Amino acid sequence: MLLGAQRFDSTLGSVVRGIACEGPIAIITAGWREREDEDGELRAHLECETVNLNLYQRASDVWRRDPELRQAHRAKQTTLRHKQDFYRIRLEYELEANHVIRQRRAPPEILAEEEAASLAAVRILDAYHLDQIRQLHEKFEAEVGLATRPVVAEHREQLAEQLAGCKGIAIAGGHVASMLNRMRLFGLRELIDDQAIFAWSGGGMVASDRVVLFHDSPPQGPGASEVLDAGLGLVSDIVMLPHPETRLRLDDAARVSLLARRFDPAACLALFAGAHVHVHDGAVVGASTVERLATDGSHTPFEVAS
Amino acid sequence: MTTQLRALLASAGEDIREQLDAWVKARSFPLVEGKSATFVWRGEADEVRLRHFIFGLETSQPLERIDGTDLWHLEVEIPPRSRVEYKFEVRRGDHNKWIRDPLNPHLARDPFGANSVLQGAGYEIPDWTRHDPKARPGTLEALTIASEAFGQPRHCKVYLPARFRRTRRYPLLVVHDGSDYLNYAGMKIVLDNLIERLEIPPLIAVFADSPDRLHDYANDERHARFVTEELAPRISSALPILDTPASRCLMGASFGGVAALSTAVRYPNYWGRLLLQSGSFAFTDIGHQHHRGALFDPVVRFMNAFREAPTAVSERVFVSCGVYESLIYENRSLVPLLDETGMQVRFVEARDGHNWENWRDRTREGLSWLFRGPLMMIYE
Repeated sequence: MLLGAQRFDSTLGSVVRGIACEGPIAIITAGWREREDEDGELRAHLECETVNLNLYQRASDVWRRDPELRQAHRAKQTTLRHKQDFYRIRLEYELEANHVIRQRRAPPEILAEEEAASLAAVRILDAYHLDQIRQLHEKFEAEVGLATRPVVAEHREQLAEQLAGCKGIAIAGGHVASMLNRMRLFGLRELIDDQAIFAWSGGGMVASDRVVLFHDSPPQGPGASEVLDAGLGLVSDIVMLPHPETRLRLDDAARVSLLARRFDPAACLALFAGAHVHVHDGAVVGASTVERLATDGSHTPFEVAS
Repeated sequence: MTTQLRALLASAGEDIREQLDAWVKARSFPLVEGKSATFVWRGEADEVRLRHFIFGLETSQPLERIDGTDLWHLEVEIPPRSRVEYKFEVRRGDHNKWIRDPLNPHLARDPFGANSVLQGAGYEIPDWTRHDPKARPGTLEALTIASEAFGQPRHCKVYLPARFRRTRRYPLLVVHDGSDYLNYAGMKIVLDNLIERLEIPPLIAVFADSPDRLHDYANDERHARFVTEELAPRISSALPILDTPASRCLMGASFGGVAALSTAVRYPNYWGRLLLQSGSFAFTDIGHQHHRGALFDPVVRFMNAFREAPTAVSERVFVSCGVYESLIYENRSLVPLLDETGMQVRFVEARDGHNWENWRDRTREGLSWLFRGPLMMIYE
């Protein structure tokens, strides 16, 4: 279950009870980082037995007890930052080229062809970046023997035990890179069995198969959306766009179109506060207060295909 | 004459005074219609003139009186989204008086007082400067430091961001004329909002005041020592501050801008971020004579020396200035000099004057460039 922002009008409790998930529910608040354990309000919404997986604190324990791994992880993070930085540089030029082409006056067929080629270049760059990041993670995990390192294995074992007793997992929003790092460190994807997933905001982004960072009106720069990393892949072919009220300019058809075409055939979904998308066995079976961005620049309420 | 006023006069009967009363009461002034603005003043006088504060342009223009009434008016062109400060000069016999526009509630405040301000079509007070009930508020706490440099206490207010934690480390922003920035530029609300919107990272700000700013801020060695060797270490010892130049910023407007730059020059590469708003960067280059008065003498000496041999003293410098200010020339000409040193420099102009609202309206652009916020990474 993918949800819209929960801070002001939480729908989490009613959604959990709506599918008769009685708990216990594992909580992931690693995106809150140092505030990971300030989960009282969240527990109150859930109204059932809960257990915080404490991924952020567990990672701190790993870094403390396995300095060699910490060092290797830091080195990987530095490489990731460089990769993201260079990707961003190239991306901004590609997007600028696309913008310029769209402003040009030319015979329609030439314009369409060149604009399509420009967009294809952006898609190739996105895919290249995603692949580079995937290779980096794989190389790191193989080189350090991540799964078999004693401290990591110890935590993974504890997490497996905690999750085995849970009927659901609630993934809160927050810092998506922090969240992803911790989930990857503890191999969380492999530990998830048939629990119901409730993920909102950044948590929903991380649950999808591709994390796209976005903001149409930042105080600096053009607001170029960028691919960060692969997500857990709990849902596929959906680009999660929470907080559209403040982050998206849905009235800007050119931006909407570009985003939708860039990630097509994945569905770019704007999840407003109170929204939910119900995914079962990989297929969307229900949705509410969700807008799908269309390749023609429009956006329409997201409806389940019959 | 404005279209509305013209229409009113054309249709006015013998009770024109009453109709004018009703017309004035139903409107806010100056009356802005697209690119034109009509100033209105009512009262008995021999002459009424508009005195605006746009540097370099003719400042004195007469208002015309409508016969048989006490209504004076003047129509001028006004660029969209601009803000122009003005007063009315009212002459009665030999007596001249400059007054603020009694029909206009909008004021532009500066370190020396306030003027009425005309807001061009499309100007809106930015929403991020207004109180947002959804924004988690930070806290302000008074702090007095017994300064050895000055031999007397200095008063500050320390801003801690919402959800402050001692286990995290924060950038430090030191703001000159701190109380004025809080009172007239709404800086606490601005910080609360920008942090809430993730446009800047949570930071600790010190709003520092001076009892004698015109001397302390004019390249006074004691001030630079106080800020760098007393205030910053005191804050760092009491609060979790990031210990890198990139995490330390000096901010100031007008003479406060001089204080920020001259402190950075005295302590190169300690303050890695500078936010300079309408800095009073007066210089002469040729000779030493200037028209700005004796208080500017140390400023001119400092700026002449800095302009003679500019060096990189910081990493990033954000400079803003209003195009209607007399200081626009000094600020514009400083930018290439800063740029040549290798520092990263961003310069922003606005159709505005030397006032707190101008400085308030530029803070988002400046702070978010100096301290990049985590808005692309955090989705709560």
